[in-house]
Amino acid sequence: MRTKFFRLSFVLIFVHMFSFGQSEDMVRINGARYIPLYGRDSTVVEVKDFDLDKYPVTNEQYMEFVRKFPEWQKSNAKKIFADGMYLRNWKNNFELNDGADLKSPVTYVSWFAAKAYCDCQGKRLPTMDEWEYAAMADETTKDARIKKSYNEKILSWYEAPRSNENQIGQNPKNYWGVYDLHGLVWEWTSDFNSVLLSGESRKDKDGDNNLFCGSASLGATDLMNYAAFMRYAFRGSIKANFAIKNLGFRCAKDIETP
Amino acid sequence: MKSKLKFTVLIATVFLFSCFKEKKEKYTAAEDIPVSQEMIAELTAPPHVPKPVGKRKAKKLIVKMEILEAEGEISNGVRYVYWTFGGSVPGSFIRARVGDEIEFHLQNHPDNKLPHNIDLHAVNGPGGGAESSFVAPGHEKVFSFKVLAPGLYVYHCATAPVGMHIANGMYGLILIEPEGGLPPVDKEYYVMQGDFYTVGANGERGLQPFDMQKAVDEKADYVVFNGSVGALTGDGALTAKVGETVRIFMGNGGPGLVSSFHIIGEIFDKVTVEGGSLVNENVQTTLIPAGGAAMIEFKVDVPGSYVLVDHSIFRAFNKGALGLLNVTGDENEKIYSGELMDNIYLPEGPGIQRMPTTSEIKESDIPAKSFEEQMKFGKQIYGQTCIACHQAEGQGIPNAFPPLAKSDYLNADVDRAIEAVLFGLSGEITVNGEKYNSIMTAQMISQEEVANVMTYVYNSWGNNKTVVTPEMVKKVKEKRK
Repeated sequence: MRTKFFRLSFVLIFVHMFSFGQSEDMVRINGARYIPLYGRDSTVVEVKDFDLDKYPVTNEQYMEFVRKFPEWQKSNAKKIFADGMYLRNWKNNFELNDGADLKSPVTYVSWFAAKAYCDCQGKRLPTMDEWEYAAMADETTKDARIKKSYNEKILSWYEAPRSNENQIGQNPKNYWGVYDLHGLVWEWTSDFNSVLLSGESRKDKDGDNNLFCGSASLGATDLMNYAAFMRYAFRGSIKANFAIKNLGFRCAKDIETP
Repeated sequence: MKSKLKFTVLIATVFLFSCFKEKKEKYTAAEDIPVSQEMIAELTAPPHVPKPVGKRKAKKLIVKMEILEAEGEISNGVRYVYWTFGGSVPGSFIRARVGDEIEFHLQNHPDNKLPHNIDLHAVNGPGGGAESSFVAPGHEKVFSFKVLAPGLYVYHCATAPVGMHIANGMYGLILIEPEGGLPPVDKEYYVMQGDFYTVGANGERGLQPFDMQKAVDEKADYVVFNGSVGALTGDGALTAKVGETVRIFMGNGGPGLVSSFHIIGEIFDKVTVEGGSLVNENVQTTLIPAGGAAMIEFKVDVPGSYVLVDHSIFRAFNKGALGLLNVTGDENEKIYSGELMDNIYLPEGPGIQRMPTTSEIKESDIPAKSFEEQMKFGKQIYGQTCIACHQAEGQGIPNAFPPLAKSDYLNADVDRAIEAVLFGLSGEITVNGEKYNSIMTAQMISQEEVANVMTYVYNSWGNNKTVVTPEMVKKVKEKRK
């Protein structure tokens, strides 16, 4: 009887994990308070615990998605949701261009498309603060931003051509067990343009709040963090229907409390 | 008498007035100048410039500028990822006139990783166009502006981190000519200085990433004209004929350093100070601020090679800020006797000079394994160390620096030649029948490098094909001790 009970509770726990917990493609990121380069208030930001995809979404996974949701197939996607560059490295709805790799991150996807993909998986896009939080880790530390090697590695990627054609998972995983946050492609976040465009961030400053010339440094917390400057600058330059060669995405998920 | 004068003035005024009316309307404000037609702007890569505007009317000028991030060679064997306006460093030259309405198309190539924008110093408006031109990869932004003031202006990328975008080569010049154009000259060239910061030291081979810390400290590894060491030497040298007037549109992209621009052996007849309306005359060295420019005009009187330098002179001889203007034509001994060279090369006066030996000489990272490698590495060292005086083809500079090409002096005695490289050489020597009385400094390069560069020299330009080994160099060095 006693063993049976044990067994039952074991099964229950297992079922529970299966239905509410993280899937094996995701890892748990333990939240904390930190100061991003640009926050919505340029001060401390709190990130709650969340799950994040280990890898960026691949061409293969995205192809599976468009099979189920024809409205996102290359020939069907609406221009207002994905511009003319949408899936440009795909030959047609179900085939990649010669030389493109199924295991490479999917790029040339708009924010709308990325959001739809995550929604359909029961997930969502990570927020910018979540993404930056997970991405400030290197292989051994949660916050590696002060390390010279961390910054140099990221900067060298910014100068490396055609990295979007590499396969996922070839860069070492970081402290959380997440791969390729740096070194492969830029990634969409749910609120990618909030630093530049939200009403909130404007009210804090009397002058321009943008990323040009002097104003670029006004709101920043760490002037040496050139790598982060470039990420925020990139996010500021894009719109939700843009599909860009070096821009992919991955999904995140809230932790459900039963 | 007085009334007579008054009368004359009145007549003159009436005459002038009627004259104006007949010709055309004068606009007091540049913004009122109407534009007649559309025209696609001619863009050129350095050192060339587009055709002068001449007497053309103000137009709607369409400028299409493409941004390209691409790998190139900053010095022999040293690669660097440049970010460029139009595929060159400095970026494409834009030529317009006062009153033009410029419709600017900024196109960010889809292969690029980064967003960019453009801040043109010729624009009156917030950000100089930067705000309206911030463009993602694979997109094009269009904005337009009215050209109000004549002058030579810098443009550059102003996307965060601004310093890095400029340090990677994102700058160029836009010339705004006054109504009727600039006075015509015989030759016009486009030169721009820039400083580069690499993780490896100057000359370290391979692909060199940008070094953020060095850039912040303003410790440049390369200071160059037109984007790379040697861009204006050899085949890239500027040319002119005796008697011609040359105009150089000279800019400085920075990001960090101010240029003391000088041409060895030439006095600038006219310099438009900082690219504006003030004209200075008879200038030896003109200061060009980072993010500034100047128009420099001079007539060349005597044939020969004129060396463009940043007269912060170590930048010229050790970091690459060196270019050539080759002038051909008949000698004019009234102006230049042809006897001696400018002393500028020898700021510390006569005597054998040695570079300070603060640190040990680093052996070349990769020793040459074959003759081919010796030649390859030797050529790199030649390009860094010897080319300034002995020139690209070993031809030297008459009366100043003896030739290495087909040189009897060189071919006669290899140990003597090794000694000259190791310890320097001074006093009168005769090379190919010409007397030289000059000073060569001791070269602070490793034994391996001496062997490579001398092998290169001996196996080029008709010399006797001696192969110099590090052992031979060592022997000469020890003999002297």
